[in-house]
Amino acid sequence: MSILKKLALAAGLATALSSAAMAADGMTVGFSQIGSESGWRAAETSVTKSQAESRGINLKFADAQQKQENQIKAIRGFIAQGVDAILVAPVVATGWEDVLNEAKEANIPVVLLDRGIDGPEDLYLTSVASDQVKEGRVAGQWLVDTVKDKDCKVVELQGTVGSTPAINRKKGFEEAIAGSKNITIIRSQTGDFTRSKGKEVMEGFLKAENGGKGICALYAHNDDMAVGAIQAIKDAGLKPGSDILVVSIDGVPDIFTAIAAGEANATVELTPNMAGPAFDALAAYKKDGTVPPKFIITESKLYTAADDPKGEYERRKGLGY
Amino acid sequence: MQDTVNREQDAADRATGYRMEARQVSKIFGTHKALDGVDFGLLPGEVHALLGENGAGKSTLIKILTGAYQPDGGAIFVDGEEVHLTSPLQAQTYGIGTVYQEVNLLPNRSVAENLFLGHQPTRFGLVDRRRMDREARVLLKRYGLDIDPSSELGAHSVAVQQIVAIARAVQLSGKVLILDEPTASLDRDEVQRLFEVIASLKRDGLAIVFITHFLDQVFALADRVTILRNGRLVDTRRLTELSRTDLVRKMLGKDIAFSGSTSLEAERPPTELLLDFKGYGRKRSVRPFSLAIHKGEVIGVAGLLGSGRTEMARMMFGIDPADEGSVTLSGKPITVKSATEAIGHGFGFCPEDRKADGILGDLSVRENIVIALQGKLGWFRALNRDEQLDLAGQFGEAMDIRAASLDMPVKLLSGGNQQKVILARWLATDPAFLILDEPTRGIDVGAHAEIVRTINRLRDDGMALVVISSEIDEVVAYSSRVVVMRDREMVAELKGEDINPAVIVQAIATHGENSEFEAEVTA
Amino acid sequence: MMRIPLARLVNTQTIALVGVLLLNWILFPGFFKIEWQDGRLFGSLIDVLNRGAPVAILAIGMTAVIATKGVDLSVGAVMAMAGAVAATLVVGGYPGWVAVAGALTVGLLCGLWNGALVALLDIQPIIATLVLMVAGRGIAQLITEGSIVTFSDPTLVFIGTGSFLGLPMPVVIALALMILVTLAVRKTAIGLFIEAVGVNRSAATLAGIRSRLLLIAVYAVSGLCAAIAGIIVAGDIRGADANNAGLWLELDAILAAVIGGTSLLGGRFSIVMSVVGALIIQAMNTGILVSGYPPEFNLVVKAGMITLILMIQSPFAGRLLTWFGRNRRKGA
Repeated sequence: MSILKKLALAAGLATALSSAAMAADGMTVGFSQIGSESGWRAAETSVTKSQAESRGINLKFADAQQKQENQIKAIRGFIAQGVDAILVAPVVATGWEDVLNEAKEANIPVVLLDRGIDGPEDLYLTSVASDQVKEGRVAGQWLVDTVKDKDCKVVELQGTVGSTPAINRKKGFEEAIAGSKNITIIRSQTGDFTRSKGKEVMEGFLKAENGGKGICALYAHNDDMAVGAIQAIKDAGLKPGSDILVVSIDGVPDIFTAIAAGEANATVELTPNMAGPAFDALAAYKKDGTVPPKFIITESKLYTAADDPKGEYERRKGLGY
Repeated sequence: MQDTVNREQDAADRATGYRMEARQVSKIFGTHKALDGVDFGLLPGEVHALLGENGAGKSTLIKILTGAYQPDGGAIFVDGEEVHLTSPLQAQTYGIGTVYQEVNLLPNRSVAENLFLGHQPTRFGLVDRRRMDREARVLLKRYGLDIDPSSELGAHSVAVQQIVAIARAVQLSGKVLILDEPTASLDRDEVQRLFEVIASLKRDGLAIVFITHFLDQVFALADRVTILRNGRLVDTRRLTELSRTDLVRKMLGKDIAFSGSTSLEAERPPTELLLDFKGYGRKRSVRPFSLAIHKGEVIGVAGLLGSGRTEMARMMFGIDPADEGSVTLSGKPITVKSATEAIGHGFGFCPEDRKADGILGDLSVRENIVIALQGKLGWFRALNRDEQLDLAGQFGEAMDIRAASLDMPVKLLSGGNQQKVILARWLATDPAFLILDEPTRGIDVGAHAEIVRTINRLRDDGMALVVISSEIDEVVAYSSRVVVMRDREMVAELKGEDINPAVIVQAIATHGENSEFEAEVTA
Repeated sequence: MMRIPLARLVNTQTIALVGVLLLNWILFPGFFKIEWQDGRLFGSLIDVLNRGAPVAILAIGMTAVIATKGVDLSVGAVMAMAGAVAATLVVGGYPGWVAVAGALTVGLLCGLWNGALVALLDIQPIIATLVLMVAGRGIAQLITEGSIVTFSDPTLVFIGTGSFLGLPMPVVIALALMILVTLAVRKTAIGLFIEAVGVNRSAATLAGIRSRLLLIAVYAVSGLCAAIAGIIVAGDIRGADANNAGLWLELDAILAAVIGGTSLLGGRFSIVMSVVGALIIQAMNTGILVSGYPPEFNLVVKAGMITLILMIQSPFAGRLLTWFGRNRRKGA
């Protein structure tokens, strides 16, 4: 019970035992997950399972191992089993019409998690996703609030070139700092969302900017790159968190360790709890036919040293990040 | 005047009645004349065997006839009209089809698809599968095959695949069919079946070229035979005019006199026994044989291509180890299960295919010479550069290798010098027993003489040698004894006065001459 | 006498390396600046060596494999596996040396597996090693359960980020490995045998070389090198990232060997030149980082530079040079 409770807490779900949740009791839901290609994905899977458990939902889980054909097969399987609802984290954006129409004909509501699809909106009940532009904006706003009117040169570690989160998180951050002439991005390179590339690219930034003396802050599109970069900053003889401010996105456990140690300053959480809001919407829909909004945006919460980083780490470390 | 000549020529063409003809064709690779002014005429309704040892020019001629090669001299005629064949595909349009030993169809497609691939019957732009299967069934019946056209080709025996390949080739071309060793991987019944198909195609008026190593099949099937040797035409004859012995003689060398010289070596008294093979054989490769080899002795091995002579050499050297029988070395029983083990016993082996199995083309002459000795010494007792240069210099000189530098890549040397490098490689290991498989093939006269001299010298120094050669004169000249291989079996061991070309040719050709054809192909 | 070793060092690889370094210097004037900081050397040039070390180590094993006319596509995945094993062991409470030994064992076993497929079952190397390339990363993900296993074991961290005589440990390890393997192949007959098998396996076998054993040994060394690189990469970020560690590095290692003058058709090889090849690749990467160009250009710039280097090394360029040389002499 204590594990369950912890997991429920970890998902940051205040409404765990709301009336809507009670109504979900006994529902059978199929969940077609993309795979386990990243720690966040693994966390999303485990949070979804714990969310279902805490609500008494019977969850049928299918891992597609990065293949759309596996997801389509899984969804057809769910339809054949006559589940009450289906959650899908679609691996690609296209090619869903046929199978989602089949679900629709079978009167099974479908909720998209985390990613959208190209296609008519009536194919699914709702989609739960974060707003990546907003994530970038929250990170940028934190920097604006922190440096106030001091001059600040920022280096940026981008995600994989051309990927949607990299484009959106860059856009959001730039929007937030647009009004502050004192904040400028002086270097921006891709770290491919990985820890080792984050470290390598940061080393390059530090060399290129006079050993890092001119750098005021680092903005990384994900926490992993920030964790790598923090090591590079330390190797260069500087103090991350004070000599160079560090702000990043995702909220993986290791960044909370860094925040607790004063080596990182802030992170914007991309919650792995996409399923909680989805279950709420489904429960309301099943109970009295309440149609949820088409796009449910999850909260992009900012965490700093003031938000009990040690505790946040403890809550997250068991989730499979 | 010119006009008259042309008209006369035209008349002559029509008079020959050749379906396809190659006139004075030549082909040169680098400095090597693979074909030298060869005439070849193919009549409709005949099976024409093309014979010759390796390097005779058979495959070059075939490739010219099918358009895979373009001749450097001479001309090709189809039905009396000169044609320029640029590719096998284009040759098909002149009615020339080829079937190779290795069936090159698509094993995972259906029989019907294989028959019609590229020109399937269509309906509304789509393949009409039902019509295709129906037509395929009719076609297959003509070839005596009652199989389901929609079944996968690969599910059938090689013989059936072979017949399907023939059916496809005839279907596409229809005038000339070239069969390149079609029976090599077939068993007796399958050969029979194939022969029936060929006979019926012959009755239909097709001109068929048939290439094989099996003389019995030539006599069983062919009407005429063309024999090539060293890129030149030896003879074209009706088989009824030719005895088996004559045929072998023509294949192995036109100059062999029947009176023949007897080997000088035959008179030598036997010395100390070195190797004693007893009942030594390998399933589906070489039938068990027994052979005692003494020090200071050259055992000549005669036999046609495909007779098992190379297989015997590979078995003795442990590359394809024997699975029955035993062998002793100086009285002690030994095993020879790998080349490494053979070298450990003091064996050496110059393979038949110099390029594929002999030289290390990109490595230097020096490295090529020391490699076997270094192999013998193992991974960790490395010869340093000076030692290598010493060895290479010493044995290079002994073999009279003409190389600008010992550090040049061996692939830049002439064939003769490459062969000398391989001999030097083995001599550097100081072997007690040396196996040479066709050591003089395809090399120039000077190197040829040098290698024969070396064989004599090594024998006189007390080494035991087994030398495989298609050059009967040569075998006679240096052999102490001659063994004859035929159909993967040692059929004769000749000593003393029997070592002369006439007897050897007789042994290759006549053994089993009276036996039934069916009995032959079981081997 | 002095001219021979010097002349041997002046070749297209070293010229290309110097060229890329000079280009970096033009783009970023501080490129050659090296400082002494916290008991270690610090500067962009050191970064090139340090970051180039994993690929250089892979290239050492890869070169031997390619020289036998093979290729080892699995090295990236083996890196991930070795890192995952090492990290999981230290997190599980085992001492650092056990983790290192465990990771090396995994690398060795992977190499033996590849070698057995190639030498004993005669499977084409590209297919044989593709098996582990695909499966290996999956196994690594199973070991780490899809997450980054973070650790702070001093042994592993030292291997990834420590320094010895002022040089980063990865550089020291790569250098030691380069010297060790070069001696092992050149002071014994192994180098000659590798080239012989690569040029003509059949002829080499007939000359008495135990080619199967040699092939297995070569793939085993490649597996070991991959494991070492995997430990370094994990130690560097203090975590085993099964999804990304060593990803696509097999291609960099192959490229390094090819730039180093080893033909994919087997035969002649030089371990040292392959390491130079790895440094050329890394010098380009580091150059791109310090130059400040937008990341969208990274791959295009890299591809262009590599094309240029390979063109300079091609036989055609060689012929062109001799032709120019002859004409110049004629003109003079």
